[in-house]
Amino acid sequence: MRGFTHTLRRELRLALRQGGDSLLVVMFFVLVVVLFPLGVGPEPGILSRIGAGIIWVSALLAAMLSMDRLYQSDFEDGSLELLVLSPTPLEIIVLAKAAAHWLTTGLPLIAASPLLGLLLNLEAEGIAVMLASLALGTPALSLVGAIGAALVLGARRGGVLISLLILPLFIPILIFGVGAVDAALLELTYRPQLMVLGALLLLAAALSPWAAAAAVRQAVA
Amino acid sequence: MHRFANPTRFVRLAGRVQPWAAAVALGCLGVGLYFALFSSPPDYQQGETVRIMYVHVPAAWMAMFCYVVMAAASASSLIWRHRVADLAAKATAPVGAAFTLLALVTGSLWGKPMWGTWWVWDARLTSVLILFFLYLGYIALQNAFEDPARGARAAAILAVVGVINVPIIKFSVDWWNTLHQPASLTRMD
Repeated sequence: MRGFTHTLRRELRLALRQGGDSLLVVMFFVLVVVLFPLGVGPEPGILSRIGAGIIWVSALLAAMLSMDRLYQSDFEDGSLELLVLSPTPLEIIVLAKAAAHWLTTGLPLIAASPLLGLLLNLEAEGIAVMLASLALGTPALSLVGAIGAALVLGARRGGVLISLLILPLFIPILIFGVGAVDAALLELTYRPQLMVLGALLLLAAALSPWAAAAAVRQAVA
Repeated sequence: MHRFANPTRFVRLAGRVQPWAAAVALGCLGVGLYFALFSSPPDYQQGETVRIMYVHVPAAWMAMFCYVVMAAASASSLIWRHRVADLAAKATAPVGAAFTLLALVTGSLWGKPMWGTWWVWDARLTSVLILFFLYLGYIALQNAFEDPARGARAAAILAVVGVINVPIIKFSVDWWNTLHQPASLTRMD
């Protein structure tokens, strides 16, 4: 447990000192969302129908773009090898890194999303459910992404490659996240979708640290 | 079994068996295609388009079977660090990707006359599309490193993670209300 809080504090401190990174991710998120009304036309009816999907897809892309932050700098300066050698189990360290990634990207994305929901003409009920679905879904994105980010360490064109590896695994989270908001907008029950999202999050939290730790080990071996 | 796990012996044996295996495969393919395309009656409802099914269903089965083989080989390569397991996984990936593409294309060709659409976003079709992307990701990851052993290890982990998609494909037609029909060859009722 101490290893977990140590790593988490270190990651957060690094993110804070480098500054700007989280802000860039949120800016990217906002810009992508803003492109859609310009692309598909500004009719409020269309936007409120597809708004949840736009916000979810943009959040997915923003989370994916920031994945290289997880290990890349540690890999380059060699501290990843020290983390692998440390007495704290690597699974715990990876979990702490994913948690830090969520705190510095997922949380700002969630904070920015209600405003974007208003811009896209989503109803208040839809925005509330969207916040809940993002709160359950984005930690799962960070956890799954931690596997992909470790797999592409040191690869040629890692940035493009990681999208091919983790976007297919993100698809179930996207489907249920958007499904919950759509159900709420149609005034149907949205609990099942949120519960499946919660189940996906628990599954990711239980399994992905193992896979991500194995991936980190093979990257530094 | 351990006798044949020796890489040198395996490669020698594989080289000798391969022409015969290829001949048997071609023969079986010819006989199967003859039965499917010429010596079977058209369906009373689907007409001649039912013949697409004779390619589509086996291709879809092989798409999943190849993934399971690839993931099992990858898991054994991660556990026992065995070169032959690496080779098996690496060789299975393009075959599985080809079968997945074949299943998607034939399904689309059959869907246009039967469902009236090339593609629908139902759970079965979407999960098979994800399977196709997993194969492509596996192949791309394998070729992304200077050191082939590193590529094999990274790709093996990806293959094991992606195996979660296989039960989703299998049961997608039972869990969700799909346009794709549920399993109909093994039904007892």
